[in-house]
Amino acid sequence: MKSFGKILLVLAVAAGAAGCSNFEPWVKPYERDRLADPIMALDMDPVSSSYIMHVYEAREGARGGEGAAGGGCGCN
Amino acid sequence: MNRLRHTVVALAGLLFANSALAGVLPEDRSDVMYHLYEGGGVRIDGPSILMRKQVGNSMSFVTNYYIDTISSASIDVITTASPYDEERTQWSLGMDYLRGNTTMSVGYTTSTESDFDAKTYSLAVSQDMFGDLTTLTLSYALGDDTVGRSDDPLFEREADRQQYGVGITQILTRNLIATLNYQAVTDEGFLNNPYRTVRYADAAVPRGFSYEPELYPNTRTSNALGLRMKYFLPYRAAVEAEYRYFTDTWDIEGHTAKLGYVHPMGPFTFHLKYRYHDQTGAHFFSDLFPRAQATNFRGRDKELSPLTSHTLGISGSWEFIEQPEGWKFFKRGSLNVSYDFLSVDYHEFSDISAGQPLGEEPLYKLEADVIQIFFSFWY
Repeated sequence: MKSFGKILLVLAVAAGAAGCSNFEPWVKPYERDRLADPIMALDMDPVSSSYIMHVYEAREGARGGEGAAGGGCGCN
Repeated sequence: MNRLRHTVVALAGLLFANSALAGVLPEDRSDVMYHLYEGGGVRIDGPSILMRKQVGNSMSFVTNYYIDTISSASIDVITTASPYDEERTQWSLGMDYLRGNTTMSVGYTTSTESDFDAKTYSLAVSQDMFGDLTTLTLSYALGDDTVGRSDDPLFEREADRQQYGVGITQILTRNLIATLNYQAVTDEGFLNNPYRTVRYADAAVPRGFSYEPELYPNTRTSNALGLRMKYFLPYRAAVEAEYRYFTDTWDIEGHTAKLGYVHPMGPFTFHLKYRYHDQTGAHFFSDLFPRAQATNFRGRDKELSPLTSHTLGISGSWEFIEQPEGWKFFKRGSLNVSYDFLSVDYHEFSDISAGQPLGEEPLYKLEADVIQIFFSFWY
């Protein structure tokens, strides 16, 4: 798990640095109307996706890594 | 106890990871669902109720109540034991706290069966950055399981699970969004099912084989990396594609791919999907061991066999309360119905229920219907 800790540290530093930057997004907030459409939600129905993931994980040897991990269209 | 127990930690993480929209709290929403799984001699159904409500400007609470009512006469059960009925109840409670572009989430899940208890504690942090084009999510979950046996009140074993996750969601163009997830899970303790057995060649009995208990390693570490993309088509519809690579210390290696299409039509939205999964087997899996105690570890759990599965799914939703009109205090309301057909081909797990001579048994194949019906309300 040591390498995982290093990854976390790098990501945390990147996240912190991002907060201080004057980054110009290449997709402007007013260009995100399609991404804000409910049909573009990465997880349209959480109650359904967690259930079907439950079905797969019970019947296969693999687990994790599927589905949406959060995020959004930045439309707020 | 059913094999669904293995998923509690993963699902606890999923519940809160899904809600981790950094920079904005998840929508207030409630879902009331009936779910049904039927196939391979197993019928599992029950309700799932999910409620989410914002409190103040910076906090959102979520709770989920879920029941599996199980009636099992699966291939494992009919060949080595008796059909059984069981019920599993799961409660989850979580909270998201928003501060600036950061969302912090904590969660607790408890799952109870007559012979199995699982508790999971989860934590996640999401951060929006680069002009809200990128969302980084870090998550951790700790699971504490207690395994029992219904026929032995003194039997009690422990298993601990830890899950580490990193996810990045990225807006790539005004029509394309992608998410990359890495998830590592470590398990330690009693990891096999206390009821399951393996079979070994035994010339002393007429059928040619006998059974002995399974014995799994008491540690397991798995890594999963998934990439998911969703694209808005030139007309109002979306396509999604997903790939997941999986590997673990039991030598299971898996490839999973999914394709989906979402098409709205007035108040209706239709969703078509196809999912493919292929995996190698665990190094200690064997359909028939050459003798008793032939190896240090042994298992004949069909999910640890090399297998290929296909799922074809269709769903439709009808939005009967639409924005911006709404109704009473509801902004939106929908009725959703979905059907998935799951087919699994096991490449090394034989169907011994037919009573064929040893070595001539056909390979087992599972077909199952999965139905979900649920109402969703936004308020």
